[in-house]
Amino acid sequence: MTAAAWTVLGLGVSTYLLKAAGPILLGGRSLPPRLLSVAERLPAALLAALVVVTSMSEGSTLVLDARAVGLAAAAVALILRAPFLAVVFAAALTAAVVRHLA
Amino acid sequence: MRVLRRAASISIATGAYGVAFGVFAIDSGLSWLEALAFSAVVFTGSAQFAAAGVLGSGGTVSAAILAGALLNVRSLAFGVAMAPRMPRGWMKRALWSHLMIDESVAVATAEQELHLQRFGYLAGGLGVFALWNLATMLGATIAIDTSDFVSQIGLDATIPAAFLALLWPRLQSGQHRIAAAGALIAVAAVTWTPAGMPILLAAFGVVVGSAPAWRRSAS
Repeated sequence: MTAAAWTVLGLGVSTYLLKAAGPILLGGRSLPPRLLSVAERLPAALLAALVVVTSMSEGSTLVLDARAVGLAAAAVALILRAPFLAVVFAAALTAAVVRHLA
Repeated sequence: MRVLRRAASISIATGAYGVAFGVFAIDSGLSWLEALAFSAVVFTGSAQFAAAGVLGSGGTVSAAILAGALLNVRSLAFGVAMAPRMPRGWMKRALWSHLMIDESVAVATAEQELHLQRFGYLAGGLGVFALWNLATMLGATIAIDTSDFVSQIGLDATIPAAFLALLWPRLQSGQHRIAAAGALIAVAAVTWTPAGMPILLAAFGVVVGSAPAWRRSAS
């Protein structure tokens, strides 16, 4: 097997175990209230972290580039209550225009 | 229907990015079949990019797996968040778990009612799965220069925009402080931690930050 095939296997198995641990080990039981309150807060923190990491980092450096301008356009679209696809399209279009001008 | 529109939109956004992965994988020295296997078996965008990138820059198999797995520890947190919303039955949960990705969880948790949460999870998960794999195949097949192709048409900017749109309802329902804390922790951590860590640290920060609230409610 090639290195890539071993990576697919190793990463595939470890990823699946991480994905399934919560649903399988918890079964149909619900979580204790403390854990539930954490689980209720986690998505906001994770999504916010994903927003900044995918828009402002390049490897391990912080960069402000066309993606950040695109993100700002998305925020404006959201404030204007634009539909989801329009928000995403606004970001792509703005980033493309900024890159074209730069 | 709002939940279906969201699921379709995010599927298209990530599908577009899947083309980039297909090209990136070929550029990193993977075969066409290996690129497709990555998307079908691993099925988490950021971890696939990280692992293929490590292999492409001459890294070892274990370094590639660790880089990808670190990015995916957040799947554990997503699983904990989704567990009470999933249907009963071991087999069903095992199958549903493969769809445990940022997008499916985001679409699900944006809903209030249980049946819409489940529907959103499946619609988001299956939609992204279908388009992500088709897009990988397309990208791997054309295999043109990635970074230029992706950045020129602004596709890379669609990913943070999609995450922001999914975060938006939470910002308006009083979770803006949690989101701000998560974003600040991630920004602070980017320069000195390996890829994937900033997102984990943001999650960890929320757990630690929740402790005072427990003590208050207990007393």
